[in-house]
Amino acid sequence: MLKTLLRVAVLALACASVSVQAEEGGYPVEQAPPLSNDMASLQHGAELFVNHCLNCHSANFMRYNRLGDLGLTDEQIRANLLFTGNKVGDLMTVAMRPEDAKRWFGTAPPDLSVMARAKSVNVGPGGGASGADYLYTYLRAFYRDASRPTGWNNLAYPNVAMPHVLWERQGPRELTTVAVRETTTDGHSGWQRVTTTFDAQGFTTVKTEPLPEHHGPATFETRFKALDPARAAAYDRDMADLTAYLAWMAEPTQAERRRLGVWVLLFLGLFLVVAWRLNAAYWKHVR
Amino acid sequence: MNTEDTSTEARDNWVDKRFPLTATWKAHVSEYYAPKNFNFWYFFGSLALLVLVLQIVTGIFLVMHYKPDAMRAFESVEYIMREVPWGWLVRYLHSTGASMFFVVIYLHMLRGLFYGSYRSPRELVWLFGMVIFLCLMAEAFFGYLLPWGQMSFWGAQVIVNLFSAIPVIGPDLALWIRGDYVVSDATLNRFFSFHVIAIPLLLAGLVFLHVVALHQVGSNNPDGVEIKKGPKDRSGHPMDGVPFHPYYTVHDLMGVAGFLLIFAAIVFFTPEMGGYFLEYNNFIPADALKTPPHIAPVWYFTPFYSMLRATTSDFTWLLAGAAVLGAIALFVRGHLRGWVRYALPALLLVIAFLLRQVDAKVWGVAIMGGTVVLLAFLPWLDRSPVRSIRYRPGWHKAIYAIFIFTFLMLGFLGTQPPSPAYNLAAQAGTLIYLGFFLLMPVWSRLGTFKPVPERVTFHKH
Repeated sequence: MLKTLLRVAVLALACASVSVQAEEGGYPVEQAPPLSNDMASLQHGAELFVNHCLNCHSANFMRYNRLGDLGLTDEQIRANLLFTGNKVGDLMTVAMRPEDAKRWFGTAPPDLSVMARAKSVNVGPGGGASGADYLYTYLRAFYRDASRPTGWNNLAYPNVAMPHVLWERQGPRELTTVAVRETTTDGHSGWQRVTTTFDAQGFTTVKTEPLPEHHGPATFETRFKALDPARAAAYDRDMADLTAYLAWMAEPTQAERRRLGVWVLLFLGLFLVVAWRLNAAYWKHVR
Repeated sequence: MNTEDTSTEARDNWVDKRFPLTATWKAHVSEYYAPKNFNFWYFFGSLALLVLVLQIVTGIFLVMHYKPDAMRAFESVEYIMREVPWGWLVRYLHSTGASMFFVVIYLHMLRGLFYGSYRSPRELVWLFGMVIFLCLMAEAFFGYLLPWGQMSFWGAQVIVNLFSAIPVIGPDLALWIRGDYVVSDATLNRFFSFHVIAIPLLLAGLVFLHVVALHQVGSNNPDGVEIKKGPKDRSGHPMDGVPFHPYYTVHDLMGVAGFLLIFAAIVFFTPEMGGYFLEYNNFIPADALKTPPHIAPVWYFTPFYSMLRATTSDFTWLLAGAAVLGAIALFVRGHLRGWVRYALPALLLVIAFLLRQVDAKVWGVAIMGGTVVLLAFLPWLDRSPVRSIRYRPGWHKAIYAIFIFTFLMLGFLGTQPPSPAYNLAAQAGTLIYLGFFLLMPVWSRLGTFKPVPERVTFHKH
């Protein structure tokens, strides 16, 4: 009985800490390393994508042979990236049906073709971030949480449906969250610090200390501790590559667009000078 | 229009005997005399025409590959972006063109406001322009549904639902517009039809009327001086005018070059324009079961949208109060004659009464539509003795500055999720916007005006 009560309390607290974080505008988005021109990284990202993501997630608007833009030949694509009897000219579809996916995960895994663009944040007073930054942050913000059906949760996307598929590459980690917040018990309001630790198995320990001298502000801090730092560092590099690939896949023409843009602007600059002088020549005699 | 051209080359020309080609060219281009003191603000008319042509040409190519089908629309746009040769460029030109159309049109209208270009005898030029503006809004709204992303879908859902606020016929009207109970394939198909056929045809016709009306009365200019009333040269052309061609064709060419430079910079380096020209949420396919947390129309509608949002139930008290005050002021101090003296204040009182009787949602829609339509009344609201801002009292310029700031602020607020502070700012902005126009008959007359010169001020280039 006592055990059940404790578990409920822990759960409630865990939920509360997530909501505190939501109130504060969420987990800070980290900038993804700029790898959009690094062919080796992009190729590695493509490999990770095809091997690990492209089983549940589709990329329905992306053809395998478009990877040629990343310097891969059709033979290389066929030998390393095609597993299902697809042809190199096929789209990156998956066999899992959305209805099944919805039954198994609660929601169908979204198509990732343009996800890096969809996850960008508008420039404005709230900041503005590229979708790559979000994905890079998200992929590295998973933690074990025994209270979730999949056993996983995510700081950047609380209560996410996707389990941490790549957890073996990252190795075990512990998460500690420290929330300083105002609480009201029996009509008395006071501040307290709640330290929650999610261990490598996802079990939580919660420590609550009253802060009689504290009068705000409310804060929420998170700390990951990798139990296998080397593996975790390699995982970060992998995710940088995967993110770069996803950002490339969202708009495969982007490099071409910028390259061409320079020439177009140079031409138009020249055109402006000619038009300006032509105008001056005609208007010279108007008085 | 001079249709009886008697020069020898025209008489001998095979075409001119059958069609007034040379005469038309002369009347509207090579011998159309435009004031020689046009400044920066006069680029935007020709630029609007340029963008219209650009939108039509890129639109033609997009329609070759786009599928107006709820199952395939999103996919076909990505197909254009990835697989159609140069499809990405055509699509970015079109999406950037949509936003830049509004940039150009807003600046074009601001020019009219600055220099009193809507004043007699140019009321029809302004009114045709207003109808063009309304068509442009419709065109943009219909077009925005076509990519079939989340913002397309929910934006259309929200805007069509606005019609359901109209008393009595509202819900049926919304249903009739959608062709379904929610935005669906039926809606997509009819919006596609409107976007590629109906509205563009209207636009082309209206632009023609706009230009014909303009050429009938001649262009205004930054001084607001009628060049036709000024001195004339030996052949009877105004001394303060220059033939449109070649003087303004080369001048506008320069404007085109500068504009295209900015346009290309956006297309090639930041086609999403920070999420305002292409909204990021629109890269997620439309899903009728997932409402996005924050739905906002595209930036060019947001000034009007934030006035809609500002019209809360509390705010209608303020508006009703303002209407009552207006009625009293109009009755006591307004220089109205005859039945109008009683009818107009009575109408305001009825509005004040209805403001509290009818749901605020209805008034929100009325404010949103009304603030657009209000612009059409400018020729009759502006009572200043001079046309151009150049010869108005200094504090008039301050009023214009406040109005421009307010319009931009409302635009910004409309892109943001609502918050109490933002709502208050939007309400203040709505009052300023309405006050600017509705009180214009009063304030535009007041102050010490500077003497207007006989001739235009022209500094040699």
